[in-house]
Amino acid sequence: MRLPPGTAIRCENPGVSGADVGRVVEAVYRIESGRIIAALARIVGDVGLAEDLAQDALLIALEQWPLRGVPDDPGPWLMATAKHRAIDLLRRQENYRRKLATVGRDVELAERESAEAGIVDALDDHIGDDLLRLIFTACHPALSTESQVALTLRMLGGLRTDEIARAFLTTEATVSQRILRAKKTLAKERVRFELPPASEVPARLAAVLGTVYLIFNEGYSATAGDGWARPALCEEALRLGRVLCGLLPAEAEVHGLAALMELQASRVGARTDAEGRPVLLLDQDRRRWDRLLVRRGLAALRRAEELGTLGPYGLQAAIAAEHARARTAAETDWGRIAALYGVLAYVAPSAVVELNRAVAVGMADGPAAGLAIVDGLVAKGELPGYPHLPAARGELLERLGRGQEARAEFARAAELTRNEVERELFSRRATTP
Amino acid sequence: MRYVMLLEAAQPATPPPAELMAAIMKLGEEATAAGALLDNAGLLPSAAGAKITVTGGALSVTDGPFAETKEMISYALYETRTREEAVEWASRFMKLHRDLWPAWEGECRLLKIMGPEDF
Repeated sequence: MRLPPGTAIRCENPGVSGADVGRVVEAVYRIESGRIIAALARIVGDVGLAEDLAQDALLIALEQWPLRGVPDDPGPWLMATAKHRAIDLLRRQENYRRKLATVGRDVELAERESAEAGIVDALDDHIGDDLLRLIFTACHPALSTESQVALTLRMLGGLRTDEIARAFLTTEATVSQRILRAKKTLAKERVRFELPPASEVPARLAAVLGTVYLIFNEGYSATAGDGWARPALCEEALRLGRVLCGLLPAEAEVHGLAALMELQASRVGARTDAEGRPVLLLDQDRRRWDRLLVRRGLAALRRAEELGTLGPYGLQAAIAAEHARARTAAETDWGRIAALYGVLAYVAPSAVVELNRAVAVGMADGPAAGLAIVDGLVAKGELPGYPHLPAARGELLERLGRGQEARAEFARAAELTRNEVERELFSRRATTP
Repeated sequence: MRYVMLLEAAQPATPPPAELMAAIMKLGEEATAAGALLDNAGLLPSAAGAKITVTGGALSVTDGPFAETKEMISYALYETRTREEAVEWASRFMKLHRDLWPAWEGECRLLKIMGPEDF
């Protein structure tokens, strides 16, 4: 392995053991992986191959850094090493000639080195664009949702396969398969490393935001298993949201999603009690809400509002912001929340939104008004098997003094949920009058 | 996980080189774009602040400056996935000082903010 030119290797911390250097390598790779893969994809034109090459660079670092010390500039070292791997590969490939020609250079042997430098230089101004291309490719419509999630976490988050597996309660082999299949699909469908045409941007952007929010929700409310929240996934989604805000500063919904995630994440610490049992929003100790995240969420929402009409994420963020602004649960502006749900139901109609609107109307105009909306959903056979429908109905019935009916609804909710802590909560309400 | 970085150094006789400030701004931009830097600011010398002390059951307020060898220069709040990542960002910040301000000396303290993962 040839070292990238101009690399100063200096062991600044001779006391660091091999295992610790491994963690340093991993940390640097995580910070840089998205940029590195994006840059490589620009060279080789294939995202899957680019990821393999980035992994090669990671392995080289894992071999060399423990022996020679951590380089003084570890990020650029990784990037340079990865680019050299890519160029070595191109050199072996037939299309090397053509690639060089596109950079506008002669392929005279004598000029080869400078031509290579030309490719590398041409890359440096495109980091933002390339990252964006990478995100759009990872969330390409040719891929299944699961693959989009796995590729996004792997390529933009630098997560290891076993970490993704643990977060999604599946095996490492399954995730590896998923990633492999996704890379094959991208190659087979000849998905090019490019930004979607303007006409497709809204739909493609929606897919990207959907993937990020799915990752967030997977962490925020585990659908199965013991955990109520898996904060690492929330943090990863938040980080991706913040990255997107930097890449697409003019898109209102990008800021809307960031705002929604920051505001929801601000409550993570207050969502469980000392025994790890869930605490519902209105019962939470608001002093435990993360003020920094609230502030960031409100700021992101303001940016989204300044950019134009709020979309589905922005509207949900506006609803979350109403809770964040209320000093106590009693001060919540339920009328405004109900109105925002009304707009959301118009922009992005769904039975879940309607259920949430019912809860808000129940708080603003009384339980009977809320119950009427829930009963409308029931009559239409909406949301069968959704535990929060009977739970919301139970809540409204209880407030109307219809305790027996309420308990039956909570028993039904407990039966339906796959989340164990949630089941405990519903069961308690099903048995205590 | 969140870390607060506190930069401590002797109060310099001259202002920091413009080149260093530009490099710090650029690093801040990068760290923000990476979703890692959440908040940061420079801190004025202790002359602009005060100290509120409880000793022997009595509370006292003392205006700055304080005779300390080092001043807090700035703080930054990072959210990273591991401690090593936070160390990496802090190292990048300190390398800028090393490379762009000859003879400057100081230290950056990295403190972990208590989070759900600590319970």
